[in-house]
Amino acid sequence: MSARPRLELVCPAGTPAALRMAIMAGADTVYCGFRDETNARNFPGLNFSRKEMEESIAYAHDRETKVFVAINTFPRAGDIKPWHQAIDDSVRFGADALILADLGLLAYATNRYPHVRRHLSVQAAAANPASIAFYTRGFGVRRVVLPRVLTVQEIAAINGEIECETEAFVFGSLCVMAEGRCSLSSYATGKSPNLSGVCSPASHAIYRQEGNELASALGDFTIHRVALDASAPYPTVCKGFFSAGDYRGHVFEDPAGLDASTLIPQLAAAGVTGLKIEGRQRSRAYVGAVVRKLRHIVDDYAAGLQIHSGCLSHLSEGQNTTHGAYRKTWR
Amino acid sequence: MNNTIQVATLPAWAQAAARTLPLPVIALVLRRLVRTVIAKSPDILDRLGNHASVTFLIDPTDLPIQFLVRPNSEMLVQCRRSASRGDYDARIAGPLAALIAMVSGELDGDALFFSRDVLIEGRTDAILSLRNAIDAAEIDFALEFALLWGPLKPLAEDAAHFVFRVLKHLSGVDMAQRRIQAE
Repeated sequence: MSARPRLELVCPAGTPAALRMAIMAGADTVYCGFRDETNARNFPGLNFSRKEMEESIAYAHDRETKVFVAINTFPRAGDIKPWHQAIDDSVRFGADALILADLGLLAYATNRYPHVRRHLSVQAAAANPASIAFYTRGFGVRRVVLPRVLTVQEIAAINGEIECETEAFVFGSLCVMAEGRCSLSSYATGKSPNLSGVCSPASHAIYRQEGNELASALGDFTIHRVALDASAPYPTVCKGFFSAGDYRGHVFEDPAGLDASTLIPQLAAAGVTGLKIEGRQRSRAYVGAVVRKLRHIVDDYAAGLQIHSGCLSHLSEGQNTTHGAYRKTWR
Repeated sequence: MNNTIQVATLPAWAQAAARTLPLPVIALVLRRLVRTVIAKSPDILDRLGNHASVTFLIDPTDLPIQFLVRPNSEMLVQCRRSASRGDYDARIAGPLAALIAMVSGELDGDALFFSRDVLIEGRTDAILSLRNAIDAAEIDFALEFALLWGPLKPLAEDAAHFVFRVLKHLSGVDMAQRRIQAE
């Protein structure tokens, strides 16, 4: 039997406490962002100050764990300084890679810090070999985080034609849109992950008890009404319950989280290098539980053992999991 | 396999016992506790930002006591038997054990929200900010509580750990944790 690859487990951290938890639970790599709009998880109370980032990178390196810094929003015209500063500081603190999406930021990092690894964020939505080649040849991108709209077969086809590593989402919140180009949140609230770093911002999320139902709204739009004994969903437009013609239901996707842990052998065979866990906005309890579980699965797979996945659905939105687009037929 | 989290409420005898506790004394102890925690982890106020002036209602639904918390005010914590909607900007409600497990970093707040063990109302952004600030601070409430008792600290710490252990057992939080770790 040929040796199986040991996939790199890339784990989320929204706080230094979560970073320490991820490392303790077995992360190979932790990704995180600064406490501002330069990253796509700009949630209240979350993320790293400059001092925390510097100390956390040193802490991780002492434990042979890598840290990638996400600077994956798109700068505003006339106000690029926070993004350049985030790149400069990440390099100064010793980040192992910068996760970028914007062409201007990729050019800045390439020219200023050619020795620092540049990864392409999922926010760039590079979903075919020609697009990825543009980034690898133009900006020396070493890894692409693949959009969550590709099947395993498509990922295999892409990996056969490109010159860089790929990273695929394995667990966490599921974005079903062309990331970096979705304006649903912006339409409903004026804020989007692309420019403000937040999808369906908490400042616009409202939960109301209405009779025997829980209504969740985003700005002026009611996204869900669920019975009192049903699982509570986030008010995310793409997972909302709508009427469209004669159809009443979840038009794009159910409120469910991605769990592709059973597909790890297929993702490995498709040539994926890194498995990414989503959830920088979640608690250290989530990070600990998910990283521990995925660590076991990845190690068991690499050791040639049978993998035992599942059992994390209580941590997923809707307490329900899906394979997402990896096995979807609706696209 | 049903692997959702379901936190049980306190038994009736514990709820009845809690009813006998004097509110001013509880408020005094909690005020000192929160003040100590904030002094030790000033990052909590940094993370809260503007939300430090929000009034949170912490509502253990199995206790006959509710707590109004305003992080940047002198009073910090006030106790109520039953707060009205006008008293607070944001409410976090659930069985006492679920709330403690969440702030101690033992169970995930979002998962408790999905399972309806924890309910939220009002300013969602402020609630998220508070959850993140507390999660980042890695507070050991038993230790912080014990530190209030000066030379009696070892005794107080043992007592706090005992109460938390009983609470986790009665509510099923310990079983939920064991199941998650076994997975």
